[in-house]
Amino acid sequence: MGKTLLKRAGLLIGTLLLVSMLAFVAFSVIPGDPTDSILGIEATEEQRLALRAQLGLDQPIYQRYWSWLTAFVTGDFGQSYKYNMPVSGLVAAQAKVTLVLAAVSFVLIVVISLPLGLISARHQGGIVDRVVTVLTQVTMSVPNFIMGLGLMFLFALVLKWFEPKYIPLEDGLGAHLRFMVFPALAIALPKSAMTVKLLRGSILGEMGQDYIRTAYSKGNSQGSALWRHVLRNAMIPVVTFLAMAIGDIMAGSIVVEQVFTIPGLGRILISSIGNRDYPVVQAIVVLLAGVVVLCNFLADLLYRVMDPRIDGR
Amino acid sequence: MKNGKQKNWYLTIGIILTACMLIFIAVGFFWTPYVPSAMSSGDRNGRPSLRHLFGCDSFGRDIFSRTLEGAGSTLTIALAVLAVGAVCGLIIGALCGYYGGAADALIMRLCDAIAAFPSVLLAMVVLAVTGPGKYNVIGALGVLFIPSFARLVRGEFLKYRDRDFVQSARLTGVSDLRVIFVHILPNTWPVLLSGLTIGFNNAVLAEASMSYLGIGVSAQEPSLGYMLKDAQGYFFTLPWCTAFPAAVVILLILGVGLLGEGIRERMGVAS
Repeated sequence: MGKTLLKRAGLLIGTLLLVSMLAFVAFSVIPGDPTDSILGIEATEEQRLALRAQLGLDQPIYQRYWSWLTAFVTGDFGQSYKYNMPVSGLVAAQAKVTLVLAAVSFVLIVVISLPLGLISARHQGGIVDRVVTVLTQVTMSVPNFIMGLGLMFLFALVLKWFEPKYIPLEDGLGAHLRFMVFPALAIALPKSAMTVKLLRGSILGEMGQDYIRTAYSKGNSQGSALWRHVLRNAMIPVVTFLAMAIGDIMAGSIVVEQVFTIPGLGRILISSIGNRDYPVVQAIVVLLAGVVVLCNFLADLLYRVMDPRIDGR
Repeated sequence: MKNGKQKNWYLTIGIILTACMLIFIAVGFFWTPYVPSAMSSGDRNGRPSLRHLFGCDSFGRDIFSRTLEGAGSTLTIALAVLAVGAVCGLIIGALCGYYGGAADALIMRLCDAIAAFPSVLLAMVVLAVTGPGKYNVIGALGVLFIPSFARLVRGEFLKYRDRDFVQSARLTGVSDLRVIFVHILPNTWPVLLSGLTIGFNNAVLAEASMSYLGIGVSAQEPSLGYMLKDAQGYFFTLPWCTAFPAAVVILLILGVGLLGEGIRERMGVAS
């Protein structure tokens, strides 16, 4: 276990380095000079050169990458071109909003999909199972931002359960979360549908195994066989799927934030792309990549803990 | 599922729905009731009616015509992305799976790294560098879709490369390329076909999301995602401008998703 852990951790760091390098190089080779957007097109050549020196743009790329990377790991993400302030300060507040949204979505996915998957598998072929199967198939086909538009229409316009206006955390945790539930649902519903389907299939697959027949022959009822034997194994692919889904949830937040006009990472990412404010874009991309890679790493670890057979390979 | 004799509803409904959507879109390539960009001042903000089935937007443009055109744009982009991703992924996956070795290990590590990220996010970064536009979207998404196909095809090739029928083909002196494309490739096609349906849906989804965020296609070639972005400002006053393009996106994804499900059931492919 220790050796694979080390190998995996090495791979994790390698992937992160690769991503940071790609993000850095990509934004360094694009045509168009960041000094244009800062100084405007009327600036003189001297002003430009001075600014380039000040921003460190006159150094060779590997030097810039190295100083950027060493600063990045200490939490200094550089200076925004557009707002003329540290990127870390600019991103921190927004990141919190997106993290709350992602966390609420994740909780919703677990709360919605686990019971539905269980019930559906337990009563396979029954009326509940059929309804759930049809519903999941349809829900899975709805892109999260369209789901967001639909939820907004239903709950804000028709039912008037919430105002389509962002409520920040400062206005109280309850009000904040009450608003966030709706965008979170938009992200969670399509993902929950996939989870239900996976869990149902996984449970049904395990139910047909020999060890379950043995469990029955030892006098277990269907319920206890399900809880004590099937679920432990059936959950393995589901837990991995959920951990891997965090990347999609983050990506989903960025899109759904636009629907509900939430000032999260998505908004600043998109406006920074428009403004060619690359230090901000770089920082957000690398941070998101970090979260995603870390989650995949944890998924892998969890998988190994839950199914020790994997380690043998 | 029982005895394999039960009716495959997924496949039936999937085929019907996909066919309907394709006919709808195909019609849009040749005919639209109005010119999609024509503005008619008398019909501004018009509700859905017999004259304008899907209503009109704030410029008096016919939403039905625009949806037809947008769906065509979305379909073209999705198919082009699929073509780039699947063809490149197929070749890379086939060669990696068949030959193996250090190059295979390296390429697969790279694929794992790319595939670990949500494609929408990566495509956004690429588009941030290249700027918006239909061909940039196709290029960015196409490249990002290569790893998933490469992994899929590689897995299949690993399964088949040491089978008896492959070895006997090699014994008769058949060239490697012929073994790869004539002897092994046809066996992978149930898996590939189901992978294509998933890829298609991901492409539609990614394009719609990016265009909705305003970093996808340009205004000259509005796709369904772009229409949704356009309609956002009038969401509460002119909901039909959002509802109909959204419905087309959902039905398209649903149809192809069911089709894929049906194919998996029919061919006995694990999903």
